[in-house]
This record gives sequence, structure tokens and C-alpha cells, in this order.
Amino acid sequence: MGVIDLPAESQMQQTGERIVNDFSFMVATKNGSGSQTSNSTIVRALFKMGIPVNGKNLFPSNIKGLPTWYTIRVSKDGYTARRSRVEIVVTFNEMTAAEDIVNLPPGGVCILPQEWNWTKSRSDIIYYEVPVKDTVRQFDIPTERREQVSNMVYVGVVAKLYDIPLETIHQALSDQFNGKPKPVQMNYQVVEAAYHWAADNLQKLDRFHIEPMDKTKGKIIITGNEAAALGALFGGVTVTAWYPITPSTSLVDAMLDYKHLRRDPVTGKDTVAIVQAEDEIAAIGMIVGAGWAGARAMTATSGPGISLMSEFAGLAYFAEIPIVVWDVTRMGPSTGLPTRTSQGDILFTYFLGHGDTHHICLIPGSVEECFEFGWRAFDLAEQFQTPVFVLSDLDLGMNNWMAEPFQYPTEPINRGKVLDKEALERFIAEKGEWYRYRDYDQDGISYRTLPGTDHPRAAYFTRGTGHNDQAIYSERSTDWVQNMERLRRKFENARKVVPQPVVDYDAGKQIGLISFGSNDPAVQEVRDRLAAEGIETNYLRLRALPLTPNVHDFVLNHERIYVIENNFDGQMAQVLRMEIPGDTRHIRSLALGDGLPMTPRWIYDNIKRYEGK
Amino acid sequence: MATNKTVGKTNTLGLTREDYKGNKSTLCPGCGHDSISNQIISVAYDVGLKQENVIKLSGIGCSSKTPAYFLGRSHAFNAIHGRMPSIATGATLANHELTAIGVSGDGDTGSIGLGQFKHMMRRNVPMVYIIENNGVYGLTKGQFSATADAGQELKYYGKNEYPAIDLCMEAIVGGATFVARSFSGHAEQVRALLKAALAHRGTAVIDIISPCVTFNNNPNSNKSYDYGKANEIPLHEIELIPEGFVPEREEISIDPDKMESYEAGQEILVRMHDGTFIRLQKVGPDHDPRSKAQALALLEKVGMEQLFLTGLIYYEEPRPTLLDTLHVVDTPLARLQGDTLRPPKEALDKLMQSMM
Ligand SMILES: Cc1ncc(C[n+]2csc(CCOP(=O)(O)OP(=O)(O)O)c2C)c(N)n1
Ligand code: SF4
Ligand SMILES: [Mg+2]
Repeated sequence: MGVIDLPAESQMQQTGERIVNDFSFMVATKNGSGSQTSNSTIVRALFKMGIPVNGKNLFPSNIKGLPTWYTIRVSKDGYTARRSRVEIVVTFNEMTAAEDIVNLPPGGVCILPQEWNWTKSRSDIIYYEVPVKDTVRQFDIPTERREQVSNMVYVGVVAKLYDIPLETIHQALSDQFNGKPKPVQMNYQVVEAAYHWAADNLQKLDRFHIEPMDKTKGKIIITGNEAAALGALFGGVTVTAWYPITPSTSLVDAMLDYKHLRRDPVTGKDTVAIVQAEDEIAAIGMIVGAGWAGARAMTATSGPGISLMSEFAGLAYFAEIPIVVWDVTRMGPSTGLPTRTSQGDILFTYFLGHGDTHHICLIPGSVEECFEFGWRAFDLAEQFQTPVFVLSDLDLGMNNWMAEPFQYPTEPINRGKVLDKEALERFIAEKGEWYRYRDYDQDGISYRTLPGTDHPRAAYFTRGTGHNDQAIYSERSTDWVQNMERLRRKFENARKVVPQPVVDYDAGKQIGLISFGSNDPAVQEVRDRLAAEGIETNYLRLRALPLTPNVHDFVLNHERIYVIENNFDGQMAQVLRMEIPGDTRHIRSLALGDGLPMTPRWIYDNIKRYEGK
Repeated sequence: MATNKTVGKTNTLGLTREDYKGNKSTLCPGCGHDSISNQIISVAYDVGLKQENVIKLSGIGCSSKTPAYFLGRSHAFNAIHGRMPSIATGATLANHELTAIGVSGDGDTGSIGLGQFKHMMRRNVPMVYIIENNGVYGLTKGQFSATADAGQELKYYGKNEYPAIDLCMEAIVGGATFVARSFSGHAEQVRALLKAALAHRGTAVIDIISPCVTFNNNPNSNKSYDYGKANEIPLHEIELIPEGFVPEREEISIDPDKMESYEAGQEILVRMHDGTFIRLQKVGPDHDPRSKAQALALLEKVGMEQLFLTGLIYYEEPRPTLLDTLHVVDTPLARLQGDTLRPPKEALDKLMQSMM
């Protein structure tokens, strides 16, 4: 697919018009050079100016040296999807500079170090050369910090050229460093010097402008992984076991950062245990053991980890043990692209485990939902006594997103059907018995007891082997089938309880779009664009598997359905075709899967192609 | 077996030995594993173990089936092959008041589960970890396991060309604080070790040679009954002396590093974390289990000379357990409810405010 952008996005062309709050920056640096601080500072400053902004890190699987890019989209209309084109590049990496400016539109901007003495190959763009070394040299900065602080030079220049007040930059830096005066000052002095240098030496020639707005008031800015960690902490997680893997690591890091939320003020001790396991098999094993014993237990991982977890996932499903597994998806197969985003684990995770296994999967589409599913996943897991997978992705998990402040959990903690000593006594008095896997309520969900329940009849034998409803080993076909039928009943009930899709439906429109997860901003934007051209669409955003019944209606009520997803095989389209009872030949799969966040441009081109307009 | 002596009798909890049994075993008649189950039943009865506080954990194998055959009033988790240590880790984290008894096989622990086994000990997960070691994979019909001695022959699988893994050695190196070897044909010692292990705070590993009568009981196999009966060399007689019962005069202190040989009949008293003592009355070669160097040297010799030494091989003052290192509240995490699990709304609002 080409890199031209949606028509209205690049209305700049050569018209000379002022373009305010509607363009993108790209910052090209070397990985490990500390540019993340500078980029976040710009994003936070723009956010503080009330301008809708989204930052995305496109980074290599490398600790130091390889090229890395950061894109910042400023959108007065509040669009946060990735655009395939940028108007302004800060090229601080000589290795990629030539490539980085190729795609700039005429009238675009390139900010680069003066000391490169670079041949300016394009006459249709504007170059701003800035003395990086000389600016930094004025200050006494420890050698090991020098590279990172050098990146503050572009912050200062960008601030001057695009009218970001120094004061706002200072506040953003202060946020970055949690108010610690020393690092704030060390970085700020460089920003300030670069700003003043730009004021004295640069003449603004481009047409891009930043103007304060009031569109971010009352909003927060946060990554999906941090949101998920907070959700879990407010959801009563008590045991987390994990093994580091990008892009899920920052989820557990955030749990460690915010663990104080779960500190008992009297004793100073925590109500959550976080253990780094020796691998993902042990990580899930620990939470299965913990979930069985009554903890609210979770892990966070990504592709390779999910692969390793499959045997335990099947055990937890079959032995009916509540656990929560976050899969912050990265690009597979195999080690794949460890630092690139993907939605490619849908089919594998939905059916994780050998035999007839299927799992509840939650699919957050925003950081707000990362928070919400962070706590809700535990309630579902305990209600249904089963593993719950949360399918986030790298784009959602690791990038900073604007969001409404998170809503405090709207429902009390649901620990499901657990019989403590007294409840067990009452149960037996009433029913004359209690058997672990007997379907007393005809909803497929049976009653469990926790180890340590002080009652001579509380114990039962948990196993992954065939069992009857008394939890006794059985190889009888009838016992096997009866158990599987109950598990199916349970799953069918879950269908009605999992988060419902978000539907925008108008009878009379013939095109239905279905998508999920981090694609949402791109889909929203493309719908606006298509509508402006007279192509009206309905939209259903899935938030969970199994599919809820209204998904069937949505699919069957349209002439054409486009399933937009960020994997190569069109996995969600396959799920829809598999589960929807009826003719699904009108489902068309729009599956990207190139490692980058979905762009409106790509969706637009594809839909236009099929709609033949 | 203790059954005859205890018919009709009850223990401190008012329970009979019968009350400590589980389902009827489905293992091959004569399997060494059954005799270990019986010793677990006896010990639990003797010490008045509260079954409701016990969790029985296992992996996969004939050995791992046995938790169904003892302590019928305890919760049990027969998990997947080689991964019982992680289940034990999570379960004891969720509820540290539980007494965890794990049963595994030499395949379950020494092959597929070796990694988890070692990491569990490194973290010092408090549990009794029993390996029912028969040198073969019983459940999959008699393949060599990693504890089979080099040179051993099996009818179908031929000669084992690789050196054996000594699971006691692995345990000591891995950081276990209680390491013993025994023989399922030596019921009294198994019971004594089980009692001591149950009193221990930390990972207690007991590697019990437990013949597979179906696939590895040829008298020339060193995991057979005949071999064990003829060749077992117990290091000592073992007795657990409850707190406060040790006569002062009997406490002899031996500097383990400079230990001179002590006479047959002489004893070593190993003080446990709660003041209980393990009395080791010497009947075999000199050995002070409080010395890691001695323990490792002993096992080295065992390997070189193919000796079948049994007894308490290594004991270490308990280190902090995994839970101790995590600074969590005293109430078991599994029992926390309501407010303790969910911070108040103000906490969230304050946090949100700080992010605006
Ligand atoms: C992942 C996996 N691989 C293989 C098996 C098949 N399997 C079942 S038991 C076993 C070996 C058991 O040997 P051991 O632990 O020594 O127990 P024993 O039967 O000898 O008591 C194997 C390989 C399995 N259950 N799971
Ligand atoms: S096969 Fe061997 S280990 Fe398994 S039950 Fe029979 S005798 Fe015991
Ligand atoms: Mg074996």
C-alpha cells in the first residue's frame, strides 16, 4: 500500500494556508539514546495545551543503537489513529535521515543537527539546522547523560517553532521526572537554551502551527499496560506471577509501581504478591495453583509465552480454575517482530489447549477498557471458574493514549460460587450432598470449596484427567460427555455475560464494519471520511469472545460486512464465519498485519476498492 | 504396618487411622508407591495431622496418582507432568497456612520437571516434596528415567548409557533445606523422615527408592526390592523429639567441619526452627547432615561406589520462605475480602487527578 494520505489530511499542498493543530511529527533517533523522555515531554506539553494528541513508539528489538521512530499526531478533531504520512520530521539519526525525508510532502519540515553539514537534497521542503553539540556543550552534564540530554535540543527548537510555551515544557518535564528538581533542571536548561537559540537564529518558514485548545481538559494520558495494572489492583488481584517479555513487561512493572495502592496502612504489608517466575510455564502454573487455592491470580505475557502456557490453560479450563492471562500481543509467528504490534493471537488463544477447549477472551479497545477489563476479568474468571484471557496489543499497551479518567468499578467484587464452611454446611443440609462438578443450578457452573475449608466434606480431588461430577476419576464415556456438555452450557452462558460489543447501527445502511481492539481510532476516522464522501457505514466493535448473539444479527442484517483486523490471516473473520449460523459469504476480511498500528488510509483504500467507487 | 496396633484406636483429633485413608489404590499390586502412601497415612494419623489444612499435590505418573489413595479429607491437585512445583508455589502463596505435601516421580521431577523442581527449592517453597523414585517411567510402561544408573539394562529399552541424576544432589545444590533419601521397603525410616519433613519450615525433599514391580524389579536393578533389601545402608536411626523433650545432657555439639568420627550409637541432634529436634543415632557411616560439604561429598561417594545410603542427608537452618520475602499481609491472600482487595474510590480519583 502506498504512503499517500487521506485527501483531507494533506490539504496543505502548496496553498500556503496556515495549518493549525492538524499534522504529524516524526522523531527519528537511535534506540537507547534516551529520546523517549524528549518525545513524551512534547506529547505531554501538547496535551497540557488542550490539544488532542497521540504518541506512538515504533521501536526496534534492540537495546542500543538501532534506529527508532516516534510519531506524534496532533489532531484538532481528536483523531488518534496512526497516519502513514508525517509533515514534520526531526532527524537525529544520520543512518536513516535520507530515508526519513523521502516521504515528506512538499512544504514539509526537516529539523536536523547543524554539525552534520548535510546536503539538502530536496528543495521543496524546509530545513531547520540546529547546533546540537554546541548547545549541550555550554552545560556541565555528566557524560553518561549527555546523549539523552542532547535530545532536549529538538524539544526546545520544536517549542519555539510551534509556539509551545517554555512554561508548559517545564511542567511536562516535571511530570516526567515526578517533580524531582535535579533531572528537571538538567533537561530544562538545554530546552531553554535551544529555544532561545532558535528565537535568535531561525526564521519560521513553514505553515504548521500549534494553538492552545481546551479539548483535553479533565482527561488523562496513560498507556494501556499501566491502565491494565491499575485495573487489576482495583480488581483485587492477590497473586501475579510473570516472566518478562515485550510488550507485556511494562504491565507488571506498573503493578510494581502502583503496588502501594494495596499496602495495608497499619502493617505496611501488601495484599498482593508479585513473583517473577523462571518461565511462562511456571508463571501460569503458579497462578493456577493460586487460583485453585482462592487467590485472584493473573499473569501477563505475549506470543511465545502464550505458546508455553497452552498445557496449563487446558488444565485450568478442564479443572475449572479461575485465572486471568493478559496477552499483550506482538507480531508472530515465532519470535516474530517482538516490538511490533499485532492482533494475531486470536484463534490460538480462543482455543488454547489440546482437545475441545475454548476460553473467554476480553478485547479492550481503549485504555479505559484496559482499566475496566483489568478488574472485570477477575469477576468473570471467578464467576465462571475458568481462565479469562485479555487480548490487548503492543500499540494499546505501550503507547500513550488520551483518556477519560477511569471510572471506579461499577460492580462489587464477584467471587463466584464458593462455599465456605458455613455455606457448605447449609448446602449439605439442604441438598443432602455436595459434589464439586454437579450442575445444581443448571447454568453449567458448579460450586467449589477452597483448600483449608474446615469441614470434613469440603475436600475434592482436582485433576486434569477424566472425572465424573463427584470429581472422581472416570473413563466412562457417559461421564465424559456429561461433563463436556456442562462445560458447553457454562460457555454458552458466558456468551450472554461477557462485555457486549459497542454497536452503532442504523437500519438502512448496507455496509457494516466489524473491528476490535486498538483499531478503533482508525475505524472511527475512516467512517467519518467515508461518510463525508457519502458512503455510510454501521460499526460494531467486538469486546469479547465468545460472540454475543447480537453480533449474529449485525452480520446478517447487512449486505456487506468488512472485518478489519491487524493480523495476516483474518482471524476474527474466521471466528465470525465459524460461529454465525447463516450465510456469511458477504463477510469480507480486511486483514493487515504488517507490524504497525492500523491506519485509516489502509482501511479507506481497501473499502473504496471493494465498493468500487 | 501400623494398622493392627491401631484398630479401634483414635488419635489426638479423635480420628481413626481409617479416617486418613483415601480411595483404593489402582496401582499394580506390590508397587513401592503404595507402601509410601501407607506410611503417609500412618504418620498423619500418628501426629494428628488436620487433613482439612493439608493440600496434596502431584504431577503425572503412577506416583503422581497416589494422592488419591491417602488423606481423603484433604484437597488435592493432580496437575500436569513435571509442573507440580509451580502449583505448590502458587497455592502456598495464596494460603500459607496450608501444609503442602507433594508427590512426584523420578520422571516427573528428574526429567520434564527438573527446572521447576530446582526453582521451587531456590525459592524455598514450604512443602514436603516426595519423589517416588523407581528409575523408570512406570505409567508409560517402563522407559528409563534420568535416575537409572549407567549400565543398567531393561528388556525392551536395552542399556542405559548415561550417568544417573542424583536428585538429592540436585536438591542440595538447588537450595533445599531438608534433603533425605529412603527406601519404600524401610517403612520405619520413611515414617521418621516424613514426620521430620512435616515439621520443617521450607522445602523438604525426600527421595524414596520405590520399586516398580512391573518394569524395574529385576534383582540386578538397583531400584529393585531385592537389591534394596540386600544393599541399603542406613546412616542413622531417626527420631523426632518434640519441643521441650530433649534432655539437656544429650545435646552434644559437633563442629560439622571438623567432625571426628563418632561411635556407633552416638547421636546428633538437629535443632529445627521451632525447637523440635531430629535425633540421629548413628548406625552407618559417619555423617553430619548439617554440613553441606559432607553431604555433597557423601553423595559423590554414593555415585562413584553405587552405594545405597539412606537417611537425612542434608539439613540447613531454614532460610526465609518465598512468602517471607514478599512482605505480604499475615492473613492468607486467599481469605482477603472486600475492602482489602479494592482500594477506595478516593485513591483512584486522586491518582486520576495527578494524571490530568
Ligand atoms: C507433557 C507430557 N508428556 C508426556 C506425558 C506422558 N507421561 C505420563 S507419566 C510419564 C512418566 C512418569 O514417570 P515417573 O514420574 O517416574 O512416574 P512413575 O510412573 O514411574 O511413578 C510420562 C512421560 C505426559 N503425561 N505429559
Ligand atoms: S507400573 Fe510400576 S510404578 Fe506403575 S503402578 Fe505398576 S509397579 Fe507401580
Ligand atoms: Mg518413575
